[in-house]
Amino acid sequence: MELLEKTEEVRRELLKHFEEKIERGDAIEPRDKMPDAYRKHLIRQMSQHAHSEVIGMQPEGNWITRAPSLRAKQILLAKIQDEGGHGLYLYSAAETLGISRSEMIAQLHSGKAKYSNIFNYPALTWADVGAIGWLVDGAAIVNQVSLQRTSYGPYSRAMVRICKEESFHQRQGYEIMTTMMRGTKDQQEMAQDAMNRWWWPSLMMFGPHDSESPHSGDAVKWKIKRHSNDELRQKFIDKTVQQAQVIGLKIPDTDLKWNESKGGYDHGAIDWNEFYRVISGNGPCNKQRMEHHKKVHNEGAWVREAAEAYRMKQEKKLIHL
Amino acid sequence: MNTITKQQALYKYSLRLGDNALIHSYRLSEWCSNAPILEEDLALTNFALDMIGRAQAILGYAGQLGDMEKTADDLAYRRGEREYYNNLIIEMPNGDFANTIARLLFVSVYEFYFFSELQNSSDPTLAAIAAKTLKEVKYHMAHARDWVLRLGDGTDESRSRMQAAVSALWMYTGELFETDEAAAILQDANIAVDMPPLKEKWNAIVRQILADAAIAIPADEYMQTGSSKGVHTEHLGHILSEMQYLQRTYPEAIW
Repeated sequence: MELLEKTEEVRRELLKHFEEKIERGDAIEPRDKMPDAYRKHLIRQMSQHAHSEVIGMQPEGNWITRAPSLRAKQILLAKIQDEGGHGLYLYSAAETLGISRSEMIAQLHSGKAKYSNIFNYPALTWADVGAIGWLVDGAAIVNQVSLQRTSYGPYSRAMVRICKEESFHQRQGYEIMTTMMRGTKDQQEMAQDAMNRWWWPSLMMFGPHDSESPHSGDAVKWKIKRHSNDELRQKFIDKTVQQAQVIGLKIPDTDLKWNESKGGYDHGAIDWNEFYRVISGNGPCNKQRMEHHKKVHNEGAWVREAAEAYRMKQEKKLIHL
Repeated sequence: MNTITKQQALYKYSLRLGDNALIHSYRLSEWCSNAPILEEDLALTNFALDMIGRAQAILGYAGQLGDMEKTADDLAYRRGEREYYNNLIIEMPNGDFANTIARLLFVSVYEFYFFSELQNSSDPTLAAIAAKTLKEVKYHMAHARDWVLRLGDGTDESRSRMQAAVSALWMYTGELFETDEAAAILQDANIAVDMPPLKEKWNAIVRQILADAAIAIPADEYMQTGSSKGVHTEHLGHILSEMQYLQRTYPEAIW
């Protein structure tokens, strides 16, 4: 009994120490003691983030071979390559919490780990490549800028690097939209159509309204999350509406209007039924994205096995030298 | 007696170099989100990026040499199958990872020696592009070599796949060293690369790498040919119809 009390006392002491550290604004590093719930929350969030970067390569990758100019192809390829690189940083950062990349991938395949819902929508035309860069990466940046100051050191440092590259992506997307809006009637229609399809899913990227968000409590207390879903969504809307107006794109929301008193836009109701439908597996591409990832992973198994076998043989040779 | 002028020869020679870079980049970019590991996804698309840059420079140069001035994009997106001059091996489908690596090895070793010579060309533009390309090709070659060794000495499966790839692509390697009228005219002007010595060097290094990887070297039997006359495999048409789709569908549009 005494021992149990002692253990409990130590646990409380550690938690207090941890929370004071967070309170002072110190970063938590891999070797620091941290509550299990903190570690779990980060593994969930960081692996989801890493998977999102990797799954996000699919809709844009769908257009690489059809990019309409050498420059467009070069920029798109470089951008998708950045996403893959972000996936790598994030997998590595998550590995500092004691989980391996292959475990994370297994969790993705089993459905235990998620990826951003936005990638369950299809990239149908070239304008979708613009809309993804501008709106989807634009929404991601708002979120990620806030994560640069997240309390876990490796995550925060990865986000600093990632943010630099994401702002280039958003400009790339906006440039595609701008060029198309200055172009032929066909191009303008294509751009507006992409805007109409991507606007609402982009707003959903920030997650449910604050009143409905299940993961926010501890995440805010532990400074993993620095701003609420609704605050971030508002920031995104305010900057994006102006950008759309500059190039003549209409926002597909008849209820959107400037609210002088809050200094931001009020928006129409988000269709949360759609959000939950897509999240629960019934989006246009959920099945396609996961099947693709599994297929590629399985088809590449023999290559990974060969690399491992070769490495072992080389090590053996070194030992026998 | 030559049937084409030196300028026409230079145009065609440049198209071939540009087309090789463009179509190889197309094939490598198909690995994006399809590679066996994320690191390889990044590596192969990185090489694709090198090659698009090379295609832009060379096709841009070629565009100034033809009958009418054209941009690199005009040449990439508005030419038909019979006007393309890339080597056949370049347009072959990726196949499995071993097949892509076998091609990367054959082509990068060839390009390493080719651009090593071309940087001494009397044509200053081609010489400058060659010097820059050479730096990139060294990485492509090192990467391909490392994988050939790993797959050759990895598992039984990887070795048999590597062997199958080398055997299947071997008949497309002879064409890399062909000389046509354009190349002959330019060689007299010290612009083009002399091919026979190149073939010897290529053979020596490729055979060495394959031997190190315990991959059997196929016999030099019939070698496929045709691309210097613009006669391709069926695969090129599919590449172009996909690559040129937007430019062909909306000819007035600027992207």
